[in-house]
Amino acid sequence: MSLLDLKNVSLSFAGSRVLDNVDFSVPAGKIVSLIGPNGAGKTSLFNCITGFYKPQQGSISLAGTETVKLKPHQVTRLGIARTFQNVRLFREMSVLENVMSGQHGRTSAGVVDAILRLPRQRREEAAIRGVAEECLTFVGITEGWGREATTLPYGWQRRVEIARALATKPRLLLLDEPAAGLTSGEKEELIDLIRRIRTERDVCVLLIEHDTGLVMRLSERISVLDHGVMIAEGTPKEIQSNPKVIEAYLGVEEDSLDL
Amino acid sequence: MAQLPERPSAWGGLSAILDTPTKQWTVTAVLLAAMVALPFVTDGYITVIVTHALLYVVLALGLNIVVGYAGLLDLGFAAFFAVGAYTVGITTQYFGLNFWLALPLAVVFASIAGIIIGTPTLRLRSDYLAIVTLGFGEIVRLTARNLRETGGASGIRGIESPWIFGYHVQSNIDFYFVFLILAVLGIIVSVRLANSRLGRAWLYVRHDEDAAEAMGIDRVRVKLAAYVVGAIYGSIGGAFFAANLGAISPESFSFRQSVEILMVVILGGIGKIPGVVLGAFIVILAPEFLRGVGDLRYFIFAVGLLLIMLFRPSGIWPARSKR
Amino acid sequence: MTIFDIFTNQLLNGIVLGSFYALVALGYTMVFGVVKLLNFAHGELYMVGGFAGFLVLSFLAPFIGAGWFGVAVSMVFAMIAIGFLGVVIERVAYAPMLSAPRLSILITALAVSLVLQNGMLALTKGQYVPFGSALGFGGINLGKLFISYNQMILVSVAALLMLALEMFVSRTQYGRAMRAVAVDKDMSRLMGINVNAVIAVTFFLGSALAAAAGTMAGAFYGSLWYFMGFLIGLKAFTAAVIGGIGSIPGAMLGGLILGLLESFATQLDLRGMGIPFKVGSEWKDVFSFSVLILILVFKPTGLLGKSEQERM
Repeated sequence: MSLLDLKNVSLSFAGSRVLDNVDFSVPAGKIVSLIGPNGAGKTSLFNCITGFYKPQQGSISLAGTETVKLKPHQVTRLGIARTFQNVRLFREMSVLENVMSGQHGRTSAGVVDAILRLPRQRREEAAIRGVAEECLTFVGITEGWGREATTLPYGWQRRVEIARALATKPRLLLLDEPAAGLTSGEKEELIDLIRRIRTERDVCVLLIEHDTGLVMRLSERISVLDHGVMIAEGTPKEIQSNPKVIEAYLGVEEDSLDL
Repeated sequence: MAQLPERPSAWGGLSAILDTPTKQWTVTAVLLAAMVALPFVTDGYITVIVTHALLYVVLALGLNIVVGYAGLLDLGFAAFFAVGAYTVGITTQYFGLNFWLALPLAVVFASIAGIIIGTPTLRLRSDYLAIVTLGFGEIVRLTARNLRETGGASGIRGIESPWIFGYHVQSNIDFYFVFLILAVLGIIVSVRLANSRLGRAWLYVRHDEDAAEAMGIDRVRVKLAAYVVGAIYGSIGGAFFAANLGAISPESFSFRQSVEILMVVILGGIGKIPGVVLGAFIVILAPEFLRGVGDLRYFIFAVGLLLIMLFRPSGIWPARSKR
Repeated sequence: MTIFDIFTNQLLNGIVLGSFYALVALGYTMVFGVVKLLNFAHGELYMVGGFAGFLVLSFLAPFIGAGWFGVAVSMVFAMIAIGFLGVVIERVAYAPMLSAPRLSILITALAVSLVLQNGMLALTKGQYVPFGSALGFGGINLGKLFISYNQMILVSVAALLMLALEMFVSRTQYGRAMRAVAVDKDMSRLMGINVNAVIAVTFFLGSALAAAAGTMAGAFYGSLWYFMGFLIGLKAFTAAVIGGIGSIPGAMLGGLILGLLESFATQLDLRGMGIPFKVGSEWKDVFSFSVLILILVFKPTGLLGKSEQERM
């Protein structure tokens, strides 16, 4: 049974094809990686899954619910959360407030509640805070919650962004190059964190990553995208020995895959 | 080092000095007492001027929610002020409605106007939105000017002022207190909104629309909420303005009016509630001191606005210091 | 008058009005193209340009007269002066703000426009200022349609200026650089284009065209007012959006379309058909602003504009 299903997804920008008939799925309960040379269309695929881009054709569904017609916030409420390739925390806001944003779609207080501050609204505020604190603790950030998020060290910012995504209570978490810019020690912690997200929170993880070593250790399935075409899919072992994959990576000179 | 998060509070940058609830309450009490005593210890002229400043506090608090919290540049805010004033003018004059029935109608009409103009336009680029709101402001003014029902260029006269429990609110001092109460309520509501789920959502959307959407926030809906809340502030200000003056005309709701309200918001510091209050008093009181210079005062204001944008974009009110 | 006479008459009025709109719209569109900034102050440059032309003319009139020749010479001086004013505004107010949040830039642009407008208010004490031109009243009759020489000259000058601009943009090196900067500023910089110079030239040309329109409007209508830039600024922006903002031919087309729309709309009266709808001159501006809002909502890329890429 797969959680996320993409069928024949095609996307073009100003005439050039970015994604070409992509079939792809994320099985429930798995950690899946999406790899491919730069410009292969990986982030575009993420943007299609999360509703930021509308593919011209094809279908995308989460546990049977079609998402192509949904707006990004509706996709998030359905249970898909994401991080961004370049960390995008909210400026001038604290770590805690950043993570609290994840609960917006799961709560409902409006103008009247805010003005009257009835018990219901106060309970909800406390609950939002509680979820944010729990998510921060989960990713290993137990202090500095009041600091301005964008002043934290880079590795911490990455983790705050993951906590923020987790606060939306997703079923599927999309990580766009989560290891980029991390030290080797931080990468070990990341591997551990991603595994815990899957086992302890029962959240499927789909990641785009260039660090092949990390991908091979972490993933249970790997899909390879090249020039908008899905060229291979399988276990890390199968992918490592797939001639098409090797060719795709050798075809682009500088961007070689250190298998 | 970047500044600490500027969280809207009733004190803004002074939170560092007024760091305990006792100090804050003391200052609040002293300020309030001074405001209550003011009309009894000064002459009538000052009461009228300060009443006008308090009206601007209410209007600018509303625009501050749109511009300061949600980051939407609204250049036609006077339109909502006009909708409030004309609703009261027309319904009390032609339909014989009581002011207290006209007031909720004014709020409803302003909200509807906000939704009608906001729903299709709030997804536009920010500069297009600024122009659309400017155009909307002019449409409202010209419509008021051209229709017979709104009294054309001369407007509506003889609007009756309200009664409260058998007491006729009509003197300048009465209206001074009406606007003082409105301003205080307006501040409380603004602070509470800022520190709520919706208030945070406004900031998320203002800082990064895409990231906010990825967190499940409906950006158009959240912006619309800000726009409509702003409209409600404007209409309430307009309704009481009409009741106070007893006469309204289209020229009270021109582009210049929208710009003055915007100036209030920017002078004190965009998004800062104490800044808005300070800004309102500067914008209204300064012309009194600049009376001798005639039309030059508008120029002085414009230059002041430009200098603020270039050299101190965070406004006059101090920013919160780093703790 | 027959329907046909009304039609030709309004056609003529629309073309004259449209020429003004087009000249001012060009500045919006060019500046928007290279710096992606909505220059709120642009309408005020038209106003200040009119006053600059007036000033020059009052100096020169004793020597060269206040006819079309005098106006044309004044216009050239005004164009140069306002062109430089545009460049100064860009350097002083906009350049330092280009990395600031969008809201700050917009407010700064608004502040610049208020400085110009209220500066002129203080100088003129809010009075109308007679332009002092002495244009003839002659013209030719085509059937029942009277076309004044003034109208003909005005439209021809506007067309010539636009033609010159089009040649400049499509044939010269600066024009090519301008188009390159509009497409991708960073890439242009890497290619060795002096982006700041291109921006300066763009502001110069856009402002100069606004000044040309301002001077001609002053000469044609006979008086100037400190607030005259507000309305035409909005209208010209509407024209630029109709044509597709960023597109130079679009601005010309949009100006013409808006001019014609407006002059025909004032004749629109459906009451004879049982529909209580009449635009009339008092509703003319409401009509234009409604067109603006509708276009922004339903076709923000305009007629000739390129569709922006999807978000992110």
